[in-house]
Amino acid sequence: MDAKQLYEMLRTMQEPKGYYFNRDNDLVFDLLNSLLFNKDRYGYMACPCRLASGDRQKDEDIICPCIYRTPDIEQYGSCYCGLYVSKDWNEAKGEATYVPERRPPEKMLL
Amino acid sequence: MLLLYNEDDRKRGIKMHPPVKVYTLSTCSHCKATKRFLNECAVKFEFLDVDLLTSEERVAIIEEVKRINKECSFPTIIIGEKVIIGHKEREIREVLGL
Repeated sequence: MDAKQLYEMLRTMQEPKGYYFNRDNDLVFDLLNSLLFNKDRYGYMACPCRLASGDRQKDEDIICPCIYRTPDIEQYGSCYCGLYVSKDWNEAKGEATYVPERRPPEKMLL
Repeated sequence: MLLLYNEDDRKRGIKMHPPVKVYTLSTCSHCKATKRFLNECAVKFEFLDVDLLTSEERVAIIEEVKRINKECSFPTIIIGEKVIIGHKEREIREVLGL
């Protein structure tokens, strides 16, 4: 699968749930390529912005879309990576949002 | 403390600043933004893509990062004595006097 196919597949699945790709297409494709790279090296699409352990069970919470996406989008309008945003966020055309790490540090098991 | 600065840097337009070290992930969009920003500002910096290290190297580096950023998130940016967590351009500019 290439990034374009992944884009279409995810868009179809996520938009009806209220999760939109960031309006910055270059950022989105860069992150989708990173997800494919992680799928290749780890066997699953670990969040590109977090250090994955390589063990699927330990990284369950950060497999994209991660479990932190919903609270991050509710609070900040964007997920940690900036891949997914709310419709309002995309339309607001504001500055890039800094989303702090919500994953508890003890979850990072290597 | 001014390190790693020489005549060649001055000729290339690189400005004098405290040493800059960035702990990054090769796949992380924020880390890439920080590297791009520092390059655009002609700031000389060292970086380490932690995800590309071997597991032994990684353990030691993670301990290093956790000492300054307990969440061990990326990018973790060290400018002189100052630590900036995340790609925060305004803060980076302030600390570097850009």
